[in-house]
Amino acid sequence: MTTSPATLRRIADNRNRRSNRRLLVITTLLALVGAIFALTLMLGQSFTPPAEIIRMLSGDSLPATVFTVGQLRLPRAVLSVLAGLSFGLAGAAFQTMLRNPLASPDIIGISSGASAAAVFAIVVLSLKGPVVSIFAVTAGLGVAMMVYGLSFKNGVAGTRLILVGIGVSAMLESFIAYILSQAPAWNLQEAMRWLTGSVNGAQLGQALPLLVALIVFGGLLLGRARDLEALRLGDDMAAALGVRVAATRVLVMIAAVGMIASATAVTGPIAFVAFLSGPIAARITANSGSSLIPSALVGALLVLAGDYAGQFLLPSRYPVGVLTGALGAPYLIFLIMRVNRIGGS
Amino acid sequence: MTARSLTATRLSAGYGDTDILQGLDLAVPPGRITVIVGANACGKSTLLRVMSRLLSPNGGEVLLDGKSIHRTPSRELARTLGLLPQSPIAPEGITVADLVSRGRHPHQGLFSRWTQRDDEAVANALTATRIVDLAERPVDELSGGQRQRVWIAMALAQETEVLLLDEPTTFLDINHQVEVLDLLTDLNQSRGTTVAMVLHDLNLAARYADYLVAMSEGRIHVAGGPEEVLTQENVRQVFGLESRIILDPTSGRPIMLPIGRHRMKTPTEATEERS
Repeated sequence: MTTSPATLRRIADNRNRRSNRRLLVITTLLALVGAIFALTLMLGQSFTPPAEIIRMLSGDSLPATVFTVGQLRLPRAVLSVLAGLSFGLAGAAFQTMLRNPLASPDIIGISSGASAAAVFAIVVLSLKGPVVSIFAVTAGLGVAMMVYGLSFKNGVAGTRLILVGIGVSAMLESFIAYILSQAPAWNLQEAMRWLTGSVNGAQLGQALPLLVALIVFGGLLLGRARDLEALRLGDDMAAALGVRVAATRVLVMIAAVGMIASATAVTGPIAFVAFLSGPIAARITANSGSSLIPSALVGALLVLAGDYAGQFLLPSRYPVGVLTGALGAPYLIFLIMRVNRIGGS
Repeated sequence: MTARSLTATRLSAGYGDTDILQGLDLAVPPGRITVIVGANACGKSTLLRVMSRLLSPNGGEVLLDGKSIHRTPSRELARTLGLLPQSPIAPEGITVADLVSRGRHPHQGLFSRWTQRDDEAVANALTATRIVDLAERPVDELSGGQRQRVWIAMALAQETEVLLLDEPTTFLDINHQVEVLDLLTDLNQSRGTTVAMVLHDLNLAARYADYLVAMSEGRIHVAGGPEEVLTQENVRQVFGLESRIILDPTSGRPIMLPIGRHRMKTPTEATEERS
C-alpha cells in the first residue's frame, strides 16, 4: 500500500479548502452581525450619525443621543445579539446531539418550560432580576429531564422524544396563558414577551446575566464541539472514536438548557430562533465541521434583523418573536411532513 | 506494528437483568482474522459490543494486552481498538474525505491542530480502500458498496491495531461482500491488524477466517481453524440445520451446503436420519 504524494497533496488541499470555507462563512456572518448592529444603532425613527454615537459611547453627554441610542437602541441591540447567540448555539447543540432538526429546545418544550417558570416567578411571586433566571434555568432542566424520562423506553428514540416534547410544550404554553390571564395589571407587551419573545423595553442591566451564562455555558459547549461532531456519526461510532457518550450528553444538555433558559428569562422564548439557526448554518457551511459557532451567529442575525424589521419595516410594530415565528413555522411544517414521509425512525 | 492480544475471560453481559453472555472465554489471536458466527440472538453482537466497550460486562473482563478495556480511558483505548458498528450514520452532505478524516478523532486533543501525520493517515486509508477518486464526493451519492469502503477507510484512518466489525457485509451484493472481505484481508496482511468480525454467511466466514468462532446460547460452542469448526455435527448443533460439507476447490476451505426439506435430488444420510 503506497500513497502517492499527489494523493497526500489532494487530501491536504481538500482539508484546507474546507477550513477556509468555514473561516469565510464565520467572518462573513460576524461582519453581517456587526453591520446590522451598527445599523440599528444609527437608524430608527430618526438618523443618528456614527460620529455622534461614538462620541456618546466614549462618554460625551449628548442628551438626545443618550436617550435614543443609549437608552433605547443600544440595550435592544445588545440583548438581541446575546439572546440570538444563546438560542442559536443551544439549538444547534441539541439538534446535533439528537441528530434531528426537530429536536430543538423550542420545539421540545424546554423554552416554554423556562418561559413558564419566568412568568410564574414574575407574576405570581413578584420576583425580579437574576432570581428569575435561576427559576428559568431550573425549570428548563426539569422539563428537559421530564421529556427525556417520558420518552425513555429501551433507550430514547428521536421521534418519540420530539412528540413527547411537543405535547409538554403545548401544556406549558397553556399554563403561561393561564398565569398571564391572572396577572393583576394586564399588559399586552409583557404577555407577548412570554408567549413569542420580545426585546421591547430592554435595559442594559439585563444583559449581564445573559452574558455570564453565554460565556460559562457557551464555553462549556464549544469545548465539547468535537465530541458533538462525532456524535453525528451515531452513538456507537462516537463511542468507538473515544467519545464518552453519556457524559457528553449530560454536559451538552446542561449547557444548552442553561443558555436557553437564561436568555428566555430576559427576552421570552423568541420563536423558532433556536430551531432555525442550526439548519441555516449547516446549509451555508455545507456541513464542513462543527456548526456551533456559525449557528450562534445566525441566531444573533435572526434576532437583530427580525427585531429591526418588526419595528421599522412593517406597517405596524411587532415584537421580534412574531417575525421569527412567521419565518420558522413553514420550515417546521416542511420538516414534519418530511419525517412523516420517511416514517420517522 | 506489534500485535495486541485481546481476550475475554468469564464474560457475562446482557441488557437489563438477563445475561445473554454467560461466562464466556475467548482469546482473539493477535495479527489474525477472527470471524464469529452463530444463529440469531446467540449473543455474537453482544460479545462484539462488550469487547469494544460499548457495553459494560456484568461479570468477567475484557483485557487488551492484559489491561481491562473498561478501565482504560476511552480516548486512549480508541487509539488501539477500533470498531465499525452495524449502522453508522453519515451526516447529510458530508464528503468522503471529510468523513474519513473523522477517524482521526482519538488522535487529536482539544487544542491540537491537524497535522501532516493526520493527512497521511487519511491519504493512506483512502489509497488502501481505493476511494481516492471519490474524495470530494458527498457520501449520500455513493452506492452501498462504495459507502462501506468509506466507513472502513474511516476505521483505517483511526490506525488501530485491533479492528472489530459488526456484520460489515450486510446489505451488500455478493461482489461487494467479497470486495470488503478482501480489503480486510489486505489490511490484515499489510499492516498486521488484528481483525475480528461477526459475519452471517458461513461460507464466506470459513473462506476468510484464520480463526472461526461458533457461538450458541451465549457461549462459545467451538472455536478453531475453519476445517475443525465447519463440520456437519457443529452446523447441526449451532444452527439446528442438516448440511453437507465439501471442500471449495478454489480456496481449499470447507463450504457448507444446507439440506432442506425440498428439492433434494438424492436422499442423504442426514435426511434419512431425521425421518
